[in-house]
Order: sequence, then structure tokens, then C-alpha cells
Amino acid sequence: MGLQAIFFYLFAFIAVASAFMVISAKNPVHSVLFLILVFFNAAGLFLLTGAEFLAMILLVVYIGAVAVLFLFVVMMLDIDFAELRSGVLQYAPIGMLVGLIVAAELVVVIGGSVLTPEAAKAITMPIPNPASRTNTAALGDVLYTNYVYFFQIAGLVLLVAMIGAIVLTLRHRTNIKRQDVSKQVARTPATAVEVVKVKPGQGV
Amino acid sequence: MDSFFSIYVWPGIVMVAQSLLLLVCLLVFIAYILLADRKIWAAVQLRRGPNVVGPFGLFQSFADLLKFVFKEPVIPAGANKGVFLLAPLVAVVLALATWAVIPLNQNWVIANINVGILYVFAISSLEVYGIIMGGWASNSKYPFLGALRSAAQMVSYEVSIGFVIVTVLLCVGSLNLTDIVNAQHDGLGTMMGLPASFLDWHWLALFPMFVVFFISALAETNRPPFDLPEAESELVAGFMVEYGSTPYMMFMLGEYAAICLMCALTTILFLGGWLPPVDIAILNWVPGIIWFVLKASLVFFMFAMVKAFVPRYRYDQLMRLGWKIFLPLSLAMVVITAFVLKLMGWA
Repeated sequence: MGLQAIFFYLFAFIAVASAFMVISAKNPVHSVLFLILVFFNAAGLFLLTGAEFLAMILLVVYIGAVAVLFLFVVMMLDIDFAELRSGVLQYAPIGMLVGLIVAAELVVVIGGSVLTPEAAKAITMPIPNPASRTNTAALGDVLYTNYVYFFQIAGLVLLVAMIGAIVLTLRHRTNIKRQDVSKQVARTPATAVEVVKVKPGQGV
Repeated sequence: MDSFFSIYVWPGIVMVAQSLLLLVCLLVFIAYILLADRKIWAAVQLRRGPNVVGPFGLFQSFADLLKFVFKEPVIPAGANKGVFLLAPLVAVVLALATWAVIPLNQNWVIANINVGILYVFAISSLEVYGIIMGGWASNSKYPFLGALRSAAQMVSYEVSIGFVIVTVLLCVGSLNLTDIVNAQHDGLGTMMGLPASFLDWHWLALFPMFVVFFISALAETNRPPFDLPEAESELVAGFMVEYGSTPYMMFMLGEYAAICLMCALTTILFLGGWLPPVDIAILNWVPGIIWFVLKASLVFFMFAMVKAFVPRYRYDQLMRLGWKIFLPLSLAMVVITAFVLKLMGWA
């Protein structure tokens, strides 16, 4: 238990400290890098609780894909962050209000689940024995067998969002050269070459 | 106090010793892989390659190591110093960290975790950070363009690699790398009534995926013909332009560690890991590690040959191959494999 506790405090401390650095770093790229460190430590915390599959998916999805996009956007944007930062004190009260409301809601939700022990009886699915089943298999059962239709609908929602994004941004430019491989392959000497008989002294 | 020693200290020492052993073997292997790369390239072009340091140039990589270490590291004035130095570290640490779960033989693995293949996939998807950070922190346009190209390329080919891995996992039914190798004891060959042999390995049953994985591995590790991030005719040396001495060497080391990892992964997923090619007594006496290294070296030989005789792709061709050919192909193979397994009752 001792080693686990040490790692818990290590991950938790680094996660909280770097979460603080995300909002306090001067350079936005540093902020994103600290955000990645937060994700990484969150994955470590998942591992400690035994949720190995979730930890790895967090790494693949959030760090491997989402944060790369963040980093891209932040690096490409040319924003004057000193100017952006000048209004911080002005917005501080609203920000603190939002933070307080979220904190209060979190307390209500978490406290409520602890205060009502009969909530556990509302679970309709039997909880498998963790020793006999890896959590990858257990999650697979829940997602792809028990709730497959909901999963499919969630996928469709994402598909619609993706098509929407493509429709909004796709723009066909007319006067650029595109490579059409099938056209290139289909070319024959008959369609590509024109034989001209040039008379001496006259040119084409 | 005694229990403290037996619970924490002794396992800790064992783990550190195992890791160090693997690390040293891996680094020596990488040194010779580097030499082999240059020698094969030279042989294809009818040159001698490095042949001065030691017999047949065998110590060339170590001479290069000393040269890099004793050079002065230069940090550009406009560079973001911390990130600039962190980038090569990130690259090399991530590339080496993946080796913790790679089984070299039955039970020869430092961490035999349930989600081994996911761990490998996750960590290798993080390797892009070393490149982006290096390119951005250099504060110069060629490194930045190289980093952007590289990031887009790695993200694109990760998708098809992911689907290839899914097809293999469908056939195996486990995410553990040791299980993946052991599942290749029997396959197509044994179904036809033959004794266990190299026909059982996944390369035959999933041949299209084997090809897709090999090509995607080339793209993922920025090897020629997909070495656009460092295409020297356009971008000088891509994200590594501003790097010299030890930081540069660390980038190179990370790159070659990632290449070795891809060779090992191809071996595990498709070439039966440490299993002998034919299940007869003489071949079974050879230790599994020898088969593993032989197979991984064979895959690397293919990598080196591709470098020697395939011309570099254009960037739009690279993206077309990744998104328009490999992604639909691997997606279709996932569906087909799942259907076949279900309908034949093999799953």
C-alpha cells in the first residue's frame, strides 16, 4: 500500500501543480505543454485505481490526438497575449463566481452519492468480479453488447458533427492543378503525343 | 524491516537491473543497426560504406557517439531554451520507454501488462511531441515546417496502424503481447493439417494488413521514402536543423529506437515473435531470443532496402496514401475479419 500511496501523491501533486501552471504560464505553448503533463498524470492516477484501459485510452485520445491539435492551433495563432492578459483583473470576479458555482455543484453531486447508499441498488447490470475479467473485456461487453444501440447513436452524432465541420470548411478552388492518378495511368501515346511533321526552315 | 526489504527494495533492485540490462543490450543493438543501415545503403549503391574505425568499420557508431558528445551544444539565441533542450529528451525517453512491455521470449519481459499493445500504441503516439517541441522551440521556419509536416504525417498513419492492430487483436482476443505471440502457435497451417510452422503466423492470414503495417511503420518512423519532415532538398534537415552535438544525437537515438521498436512490433504481431519457423526439435533447441532478433533484423533489412531503392514521396501523395488508401482498406479489413471470425465460429 505504501508504494501506491507515494505514487498517488506524486501524480496528484504534479497534476495539480501543472494544472495551476496551465493558467499561469506566460507563453500559451507552455500552457499546452503543462496541460499535456496534467493528462499524463491523470492517466497515472487511473492506473493506480486499476482502470488500465481508461488510462491508455486517455493517453491515446487526449494526449496523442486532442492535445496535438491544441498545440498546432496555439503555435499557428499569432495572438498578442500580453494584451489579452491585461483584462485579467477585470474578469476575475466573474471567473471566481463560475468557479465557486462549479465547486458547489461538485460537492452536492459527490456528497449526494455518498449520503444515499441505496443509489448502489439502482445499478441494473451485475458488476463482474474484477479478478476474473480484465477491464478491457468488461468495458467491451458494456459498450458493444449491452448498450450497443446507444453506442451506435453516439457514433452517428459524432459523424454528423464531422460532416458538418467538413461542409462548413470545404471549399473547392477552381484554378489549381490537381493530380488525377487514374487519368495519368490511362494516358496512351495516342492521347498524349501529337506527331508534327516539321518542314526544314519553317518551324512548327 | 525485513519485510520492507523483501517487498520494496529487492523487487526494486531486480526491476532496475532488468531495465538496465535491456537498455544496454538495446543501445548496442541500435549502434549496429545504424551501422547496418549505412552498410546496406552503401552496398546497394556499390560503395564500401563506413570501413575505417575498427575491422570493417564495426566501431563506427561508437566513434560517432564520442564525436557527438564532445561537440559543443549550440542553442540558438532566439530559441526557447527549456523546450529546446526538453524536446530531444522527450523523444528519446518515450522511444525507450515503450521497450518495457516488449516480450523478447516467453516470460522475458519487464512489465507483462494486460494492455501491452495499447501501451505501445499510446507511447508511440506521444513521440510526435519531441518533434513538435523541437521544431517550435528552434524559432526558425525550416524546423517549424518540418515539425508540422511530421506531426501531420505521424497522426495520419497512426490511424491505419491502429486499425491494423485491431484486426490482429480480433484474431487473438487479448491485448497482451505475450498472448499475441502464443496465439500464433496455431493458425492457417494447423487448420490445413500441417504441423505448427511459419504458415500459422499472422502474416499469411492477414497478408494485406502485414503490408499496410510495414508501410505505415515506415511513415510513422519518418523513414525513407516518407522522410519528408527532414527532406534535405527542401527543408535542410527538418525539425533538427538547429540541433547539434548531444541533443542531435538524442533525436537520432530516439528515431532508431522507434525503428527497432517497429521491427520488434512487426515481429510480434505478424511474424510469430520467438516461435521457431518450423516446429521440429533442432529448431526448438535454439533459444527464442535468437529467433526474435533474427526476425526483427530481417524486418530491419527490409526497412534499409526500402531506404536504398524507393524514391521519396511527395507530401500530397503521402497524405493520399494514408487517408484514401490505407484507412479505407484497413477499416474494411477490420469488418471482414470480424465477420469471418464470427461466421466461422473462430472468435
